[in-house]
Amino acid sequence: MSAPRVALFVTCLVDLFRPAVGFASVRLLEAAGCSVEVPIGQTCCGQPGYNAGAREDARGVARATIDVLHGFDYVVIPSGSCAGMIRAHYPSLLADDPRYAAKAQELALRTWELTSFLIEVRGFVAPPGPARTVAYHDSCSGLRELGVREQPRRLLKAAGTAIREPENRDACCGFGGAFSVKYDEISGEIARKKCSALAATEAPLVVGGDLGCLLHLAGRFQREGRKISCRHVAEVLAGIDGPAIGEAGS
Amino acid sequence: MIPTSRQFKENAGRALKDTELQKALFRVDKNFTERRARAVKNLPEFESLRDQGVAIKNHVLDHLDHYLEVFAENVERAGGQVHWCSTAEDARRMVLDLCRSVNARSVTKGKTMIGEEISLNPYLAAQGIEPVETDLGEYIIQLADEPPSHIIGPAIHKTKEQVSDLFLEHHRRYGKTKRLTEGEELVGEAREILRPRYLAADVGITGANFLIAETGSSVIVTNEGNGDLTQTLPKMHIVLASLEKIVPTLEDAATLIRLLARSATGQQMSVYTTVSTGPRRPGDPDGPGQYHVVLLDNGRSKLLGSAFRDILRCIRCGACFNHCPVYASVGGHAYGWVYSGPMGSVLTPAIVGIAEAHHLPNASTFCGRCQDVCPMRIPLPSMMRHWREEAFAQDACTWRERMAIRGWAWLARRPRSYRQVARLVASYLAWRGRPTGRIADLAFARGWTATRDLPAPAGRTFLDLWRERGRT
Repeated sequence: MSAPRVALFVTCLVDLFRPAVGFASVRLLEAAGCSVEVPIGQTCCGQPGYNAGAREDARGVARATIDVLHGFDYVVIPSGSCAGMIRAHYPSLLADDPRYAAKAQELALRTWELTSFLIEVRGFVAPPGPARTVAYHDSCSGLRELGVREQPRRLLKAAGTAIREPENRDACCGFGGAFSVKYDEISGEIARKKCSALAATEAPLVVGGDLGCLLHLAGRFQREGRKISCRHVAEVLAGIDGPAIGEAGS
Repeated sequence: MIPTSRQFKENAGRALKDTELQKALFRVDKNFTERRARAVKNLPEFESLRDQGVAIKNHVLDHLDHYLEVFAENVERAGGQVHWCSTAEDARRMVLDLCRSVNARSVTKGKTMIGEEISLNPYLAAQGIEPVETDLGEYIIQLADEPPSHIIGPAIHKTKEQVSDLFLEHHRRYGKTKRLTEGEELVGEAREILRPRYLAADVGITGANFLIAETGSSVIVTNEGNGDLTQTLPKMHIVLASLEKIVPTLEDAATLIRLLARSATGQQMSVYTTVSTGPRRPGDPDGPGQYHVVLLDNGRSKLLGSAFRDILRCIRCGACFNHCPVYASVGGHAYGWVYSGPMGSVLTPAIVGIAEAHHLPNASTFCGRCQDVCPMRIPLPSMMRHWREEAFAQDACTWRERMAIRGWAWLARRPRSYRQVARLVASYLAWRGRPTGRIADLAFARGWTATRDLPAPAGRTFLDLWRERGRT
């Protein structure tokens, strides 16, 4: 059986803030027997416009993304939120576009969030890593739009990582994309609650599957002066050990 | 009530600094979610019950005109009357006319959100008719002269200490001079003061959780029994309800009742479920002499054919409030009108207009938990997104936001320019983040740095590094 051709859509946040997540994803996908390509014309999935009510702008960006991601066996994204955008929202966003409606449907079926792809499509078992304890933060879109809950936990456990669950674990961290900036005081208050629940697990590292939430939580931990690090689940699984999010390089 | 939804941000800012409010909200956040989770776990058929509930309400909305007519016929057959009111003003006036027809001087009121929606209390008071709230929560906020902050717990924003102070202040005129501190004592004192009011009232006004088409009945569920005293003791019972409260049969109401309390408070059922059909009949030991239903539209029928139709399935359980991170942080008053939380963020713009209420559907993280716990599976986030689209189309957002979105959309369709800009931003932020790896204050992103640091990027974008290194 030949290796499936996988397009990695890294997301705009990973591209800008955390290239390590992109490289970690490539490493994991290759270890899972995929042939990985990174379409260079990729930019953003369209969520900023879509969630701001700029539907026409979002449609334009979605069409461009569909074109860029055309022709692969799978599209894999290290983010539940962006994968959810393509899987759960592109089809309705472009439903009345005669040229793109079918393409949007078809792309939705081929698009996966990284950890669910590794588990559900590739039956991947992560190689054992160092024994460590982490608190896991579920991102809302992945959790509720795509049913990503057990997949990252199974991968982490197989790699020898112990997982602690914060109280009220299904609660949002308060990121919410543009919400975090537009309603900063509320966003900060929700983050305060989430950070104290995560800190109460006493795990030194918080792991999650969406860089947006992780930037928000890491920034809040740092503002509160807490010594808790944040990393994307792909980095942890791929054994990439550079500085954690928002921490200085050596 | 005059909406202050335009000032949502200012309202929210105040709420976040209100330590008493924060204490009260902490309780909501913890209690309700755990109780609901337990109730759902204990009912294996909960999910299929939700499907049945959704089907019932969808069927009603498809045939609303039919069921409204059947309901009205059956109310009349039972000796009651239905009054159709298209606006809040119509409904207020109708209630006033009915009260005047029996020379009413005081009316008791069970909890009715429609009463809040049409601002009935100040209106009646101005006409010389004293409204007396009998639901404990409503009674408390009536004393405090505040609007409700939650659809099932109107005074949920008050701590027990604040209630103690309020009672001491307002019950002095009844000779109560001791500051009570225990919940039971407080309830006891409210009961003692309210009891004679029930007997003195000329008219009793209640809301309705359901209106039953086949029997022409109204159904209320309460935990205090105040609704029963309100509707059976006076000469006249006025049911104040919006038209989407209708269900075809008693059986349908029973299905929805099984969902309602579990979703709301985690109870299997509320303590009292009362079905009223018409006025007192000859030989009945009690009941009102007259039975009137004031049916309010107030913009709802316009929602039927719109993208917002599904909000009319709402059974007002409050589960979306109890699971909303934004509501839990700022409480109900910040939303600036009668309905708050996620359902209010969808319904309020429909009633007061999106220009007034544009913040409400925007102030959501789209975490989706409201939709997850909604017994009627109302797609609240996507309806909020529809409102955002209307707000964007109507220029209700700021010039800066609009330019940011337009700039982003332009770039996101031009990969080469996009990469160049990303390259510049990444290296600038990396430079600003030295030596700690984070940025504590960023002039053009104060929205971010006001409440948290900005983790700085490594300096090069992934796409640049990928192209440079080729394969890994």
